[in-house]
Amino acid sequence: MELILHQVLAGLATGAIYACLALAVVMIYQAIDGFNFAQGEMAMFSTFIAWQLIQWGVPYWAAFFATLVVSFMAGIIIERALFAPIHNAPVLSHVVVFIAMFAILNSLAGFIWDYNVKTFPTPFGSRPLLGNGLISSHDGGMIGVTVIMLVLLYLFFRHTRIGLAMRAAAANPESARLAGIRVAWMIALGWGMAAGIGAVAGMLIAPVVFLEPNMMASVLLYGFAAAVLGGLTSPGGAVLGGFIVGVIENLAGTIPYVGGELKLTIALVIIVAVLVVRPGGLLGQRIVNRV
Amino acid sequence: MSAPLLEARGLCAFYGATQVLFRLDLSVVAGGVTALLGANGAGKTTTLRALCGMVRTTGDIRLGGQPIMGRPIEDIVRLKVAHVPQGRGTFVRQTVAENLQIGAMSRRDHAAIATDLERVYGYFPRLFERRRQQAGTLSGGEQQMLAVGRALMLRPTLMLLDEPSFGLAPRIVAELFEIFRRLNRDEKVSMLIVEQNAALALDLADEAYLIETGRMVMTGAAATLRNNDSIRRSYLGY
Repeated sequence: MELILHQVLAGLATGAIYACLALAVVMIYQAIDGFNFAQGEMAMFSTFIAWQLIQWGVPYWAAFFATLVVSFMAGIIIERALFAPIHNAPVLSHVVVFIAMFAILNSLAGFIWDYNVKTFPTPFGSRPLLGNGLISSHDGGMIGVTVIMLVLLYLFFRHTRIGLAMRAAAANPESARLAGIRVAWMIALGWGMAAGIGAVAGMLIAPVVFLEPNMMASVLLYGFAAAVLGGLTSPGGAVLGGFIVGVIENLAGTIPYVGGELKLTIALVIIVAVLVVRPGGLLGQRIVNRV
Repeated sequence: MSAPLLEARGLCAFYGATQVLFRLDLSVVAGGVTALLGANGAGKTTTLRALCGMVRTTGDIRLGGQPIMGRPIEDIVRLKVAHVPQGRGTFVRQTVAENLQIGAMSRRDHAAIATDLERVYGYFPRLFERRRQQAGTLSGGEQQMLAVGRALMLRPTLMLLDEPSFGLAPRIVAELFEIFRRLNRDEKVSMLIVEQNAALALDLADEAYLIETGRMVMTGAAATLRNNDSIRRSYLGY
């Protein structure tokens, strides 16, 4: 029983990271109807920027928020410079640029900061948080930050004009332009926010997986799985999907004879099974449209 | 006769290399209603799209004397031109109330927006009843009312209406055109209306243009076109 409880809590902690990344994936999916394969590498690059700032003696939280701002602006610049010009290009052109960005950011990070594994500090410490060390204070911090971010995003999209403008631009770009919404800027803003969310995910997971240019490879896969499982149209679903993927992955590891080797397989099998029953994902919106 | 609010000279439009509009001249008088008539594929919708820069266009377009040719649609909207598109442009996942807020997105005067929301609900009580419903669940007629309501949230001086009667029951159409009449009379909203239902449009309009495969074939007072039997039979089909 203790073992299962432990695995569930540990799963929630890693799930929080998948949730962050899934959130970023959903943000860009909403804006451009495509998967950003470079999302993980953008997050990794942001984390390196934070690491560099800390190395230069900047206090953790100052570095954290500076990285957030830099990533947000970089997201906007990447959209304006690379994706706005190919906005009407076929989807495969987007895929090629995503893959190119993946490779470029990966090698650039290796070039600037080399491939040696680095430690990354956590602001939450690594004390046991609940009795018997079931969950560390860093795990608790990760879950807390993810939940706070989701709540902030929810409030932003539901209760601000610009949030509504972004939703309108994603749902029906032409009609949004007819209402005077500057759709191109809304897409860029979505990219900026996604880059910021990704940066948070990177900075939270770096203390656990350690910092190096390939740190996000497996995390990104889980993040995608979480986004699809939760429903690509729903930020709440992305977070739910993240936690579910994290917990399933950890529980699968405890099944006798399966162990660590097949836990990824089991997690993905369960996800596929869910999608067969609910193709839109768990919370993906079913659009009712009368004609 | 007052000065033209909207005036286009030598308007041409292109889809890729294909020219679809050929040197159209047209104008909408401030406070007036102009009808743009023609058969399927004559270029009526394209004309509306050309006027607000949604297709590749050449020529001279002026709004209140100011050239607007080549300006992006988002800027033209800020000059109080509301385009009610064919197909209604409903934001199906958003609620009715959110759809109306979207219509006021280019405005900053929050107090006046709230007043205008009440005004739209006054014109369309049905939208008030359904304000919390997902807009995609509305009937075709209700979605057309929502499209007009969204346009009104801009507090427009000019409305471009693209086939507002399309696919609607006659009773709903009558209701809708009565509201257009009130908007024009009481609030001095100028209109350029594209319609297949010529009788309906000529009833509302002061002036009318008839186009055929992208060329202007007839202009004149709406009453003249309405009362000319040969025009009616050959072009308007009633």
